[in-house]
Amino acid sequence: MIAFLGDLLTVVAVSAGLVFFLAGTVGLLRFPDTLTRLHALTKADTLGLGLIVLGLLPRAASARAGLKMVCIWLLILLAGASVSQLIAREARREGPKA
Amino acid sequence: MPGILDFGLAALMLGMAGWTIVARKNLAAVMGFVVYGLLLALVWLRLGAPDVALTEAAIGGGLSGVLLLSAAERLRDTAPTAHRIGGAGRLAAAALSAAIAAGIATAFVSLPEPAPTLAPAAQANGGATGLGNPVTSVLMAFRAMDTMLEKVVLLLALVGVWSLARDQCWGGRPGPRHRADPRGPLAFLARVLVPIGIVVGLYVFWTGADEPGGAFQGGTLLAAMWLLTMMAGLADAPPTRRRRLRLALVAGPAVFLLVGLGGLLLGDAFLAYPVAFAKPLILAIEIAMTLTIAVTLGLVMAGVPERDEAE
Repeated sequence: MIAFLGDLLTVVAVSAGLVFFLAGTVGLLRFPDTLTRLHALTKADTLGLGLIVLGLLPRAASARAGLKMVCIWLLILLAGASVSQLIAREARREGPKA
Repeated sequence: MPGILDFGLAALMLGMAGWTIVARKNLAAVMGFVVYGLLLALVWLRLGAPDVALTEAAIGGGLSGVLLLSAAERLRDTAPTAHRIGGAGRLAAAALSAAIAAGIATAFVSLPEPAPTLAPAAQANGGATGLGNPVTSVLMAFRAMDTMLEKVVLLLALVGVWSLARDQCWGGRPGPRHRADPRGPLAFLARVLVPIGIVVGLYVFWTGADEPGGAFQGGTLLAAMWLLTMMAGLADAPPTRRRRLRLALVAGPAVFLLVGLGGLLLGDAFLAYPVAFAKPLILAIEIAMTLTIAVTLGLVMAGVPERDEAE
C-alpha cells in the first residue's frame, strides 16, 4: 500500500512537473518579448523541477540522496530566480524590444 | 548499449556545435559554446567519467564561458568589420578544422580492439598512494609531472593577461570596479550563494581523494565564488602587486617542486613519494594547489590590471 502510494505520487508529480516544463518551453518559443519569455521559463525551472524532485523523492535510495535532491532544487530556485531578475533588469534597461 | 538518451545527446551536441560556428553574433556564439560545454559534461557522465565531467562543466562551460563573454563584451563596441577574415581565410580555417577532426576520427577508428589502456595498472597500484580515487592517484602520483606543469601553464596564462596592462597600471587592481545595487538580486545571490559555494568547493576538493572531484574542480568553484563577490561589488579585486597574493599564486607549484626535489634527495626519483607519507604529501600539495588554482583562475577572470590607486 505504501509502495503503491509512493508510485502514485511519483507518476502524478513527475507528470505535473513535465507539464510545466512543456508549457515553459512553449512559452519560451512563442511569447513575444523578453519579459514574458522569462516569465514562462521560470515556471519550468522552479515549479516544474520542484514537482519532479517531489515525485522522485519516494524513489530516492536513502534519506541522504533525497536531501541532496531537495538541496539541488533549492539551489536552482535561488539561481534561477536571481538570474531571471538580472536578465529582466537588463532587458528593461535596454528597452522593450530586446 | 547506447540508448535514446545518448543518441539525443549526440544529436544535440552536433546541432549545438554547428550553431556555434554559424552564429552571426559573438554573444550568441559564446552562449552556444557554453551550452556545448555543459552538454559535453553530460556526455562524459554518460561515458562513466565523472571526474572529467566535473572539470568540463567547471572549465569548459563555466570558466571559458566567462572569459569569452567578457571578450565578446569588449568587442561589442568595436567595428565588427575591422578584422573580418576573408572568404579564403575562412575556407582555410574550415579545411584545417575538418582535417584535424578527420585525423582524430581516423585514429579513433583504427584503435586496436580492445583499446590499449593503463587503467588496470592504475587501479592495481592505487593502494600505494592511499587514495581511493584512481583518477586522483594518476594525477597526483603516477603522472604528477604533468599536473605540476599544468599549474605552471595556468600561471603563464595569468602572466599573459597581466602583460596586457598599461605601464602605469602594472601592479594595480584588475578590471573595472564593479558596482551593483547593494539591495539588488546580484548582491543577494552573492550573499546567499557564496557561503554555500565555498563549502561545496572545499568538499569537492576534499572528496577528490576517494570520490570524483579534486583540487582543480574545487579550486574552480572557489574562484567562481570569488568572482561573484567581486561582480556583485561586495569585494574589490586586490591590487596585483600585493605580496600575499603573489605568494598564493606560486604556492601550488612551489610546494609541488619542493616535494618533488625532496623525492630526488631522499627517495628514488623526482616526485617519488615515500609510500608511508604518500597520502599526507599528496594532501599538502593538493591544499596548496587548490589555493593557487582558485586565486589564479579568479584573477584571470578578473582581467587586466586597469586601476592604479593608492592602497
